[in-house]
Amino acid sequence: MKEIICAGFGGQGVLITGMILAYCSMRKGEHFTWYPSYGSEMRGGTANCNVKISEEEIASPYAKHLDILLSMNDVAIGKFEPRMKPGATLFANSSLLSEDRVFRPDINVVKVPASQIAAELHNPRGTNIVMLGALCQTTGLYEKEFMKESIDEYFAKKGKVNPGNSLCFDAGVQAVLEA
Amino acid sequence: MAEEKVMMKGNEALAEAALRAGCRFYSGYPITPQTEILEYLSWRMDEVGGEFIQTESELAGVNMLYGAAAAGARALTSSAGPGFALKQEGISYLCAADLPAVLIDVMRIGNGLGDIAQGQGDYWQLTRGGGNGDYRTIVLAPNSVQESADLIYGAFDLAEKYVHPVIIASDAAIGQMMEPVELPPMKEHDIDSYDWSVKGCKTGDVQRIISNVCFYGHKNYEEYLTAKYREIEKNEQRWESICTEDAQVIVVAYGISSRVAREAVRNGRKKGLRIGMIRPITLWPYPVRAFEKLPGDLKGFISVEMNILGQMVDDIRLATDAKYPIEFYGTFFDVPESERIIELAEQMLQGQGE
Repeated sequence: MKEIICAGFGGQGVLITGMILAYCSMRKGEHFTWYPSYGSEMRGGTANCNVKISEEEIASPYAKHLDILLSMNDVAIGKFEPRMKPGATLFANSSLLSEDRVFRPDINVVKVPASQIAAELHNPRGTNIVMLGALCQTTGLYEKEFMKESIDEYFAKKGKVNPGNSLCFDAGVQAVLEA
Repeated sequence: MAEEKVMMKGNEALAEAALRAGCRFYSGYPITPQTEILEYLSWRMDEVGGEFIQTESELAGVNMLYGAAAAGARALTSSAGPGFALKQEGISYLCAADLPAVLIDVMRIGNGLGDIAQGQGDYWQLTRGGGNGDYRTIVLAPNSVQESADLIYGAFDLAEKYVHPVIIASDAAIGQMMEPVELPPMKEHDIDSYDWSVKGCKTGDVQRIISNVCFYGHKNYEEYLTAKYREIEKNEQRWESICTEDAQVIVVAYGISSRVAREAVRNGRKKGLRIGMIRPITLWPYPVRAFEKLPGDLKGFISVEMNILGQMVDDIRLATDAKYPIEFYGTFFDVPESERIIELAEQMLQGQGE
């Protein structure tokens, strides 16, 4: 069982980020649940989703003992870092963090200047895809080509494939390799 | 060939599967955590040639449902929390008029306004009825996105079989989460399928009437109504039992709680605990037959629900002639934890050993 939370500001695509991971797991024939924060969320507010992926049936969709936290801003880290298992991996969008941000000592922190990378690629809405590239390279949750294919397929079904996504994904992978 | 699996929220699966069952009329009012049903149907109903109406209130929603059902359409409304409470009058009227219709309650937490978190506090309202008079409704409780689709797909047939309302009892966790789901095939429903529905009447035609005082002029109304409820109780009990054959403790849970109960059975068995589960799928009629053959050394039951008062405990007691101790594990705001269920099962077994 992998327990993941994707969190950030509303509008940063955190719900979609979780859905892409869920979509990957569906293509693999695994069990998954995707559970959003819902209700009063809005653009600029906070948003998150819980994703659980497992070989077995999943009971509660709530992620309480995180293996992965994909955070798009500082607030998300403050809120969900305490739920991380020792040794779990936190992906931080360092473009929106102060350099002296202190993290829990018993977790792995992967800092990715995702907003900056996406902006340089003229695809600011692809910030979450940069983060997914970093996640893929670091955790090996799914193979790179499989994930890129899944991302395009996911958006194709919504009728809006953006070739820039593939570039953002690769840049996320590269950011980890160069770190 | 089986349809490809898709990712959907429980709420969206309810909406899509209702359309595929031939539902072509929806009237209702938004309220979290069920608004995705309206959001989805607001564009999708158009594609299948039906009517979607966002009404001015919940009362208007349920009363338009009454009208559409009277005309023979497969009709749907949905709500949650205080919104579903407002529908009680309309449900009583549907029962009074002998009308088939499907309603969805995506349970949220608390009394009055409550809050938007998941809850299972509507059990009494759903199974006893919150409206006036002498009625019950068939209540189906899915515990996954797939089962949300499957149960509502059959709910319209069930409603028409007994000319009676059917309620889908979902909750915010099941409604909001996405899982893979295989959707059933698209069916069309003929609005003129039944001779009881109202329609245009030419001079000389026999006038059809839907009346909310249908006992006037009804031959043997008391016998008719008694027989209807007996038939439903006899034919429609549905449940799932797992590992009950040799169980010393049986957990009883429905909806999202039953998924945690199943995990408790799986993990408890690994620890050598003889623990089983009965999952009611129909909350009414309550699946009393699931409790008929119980193991000889059964020590008791644990009812796991997301409410404070233990609303299902009464039904377990009735189903077992009050012969066993029944522990209640309730949660408020949070989904129950399988670790806690296992702890309670261990305590129950130790208590019996002393």
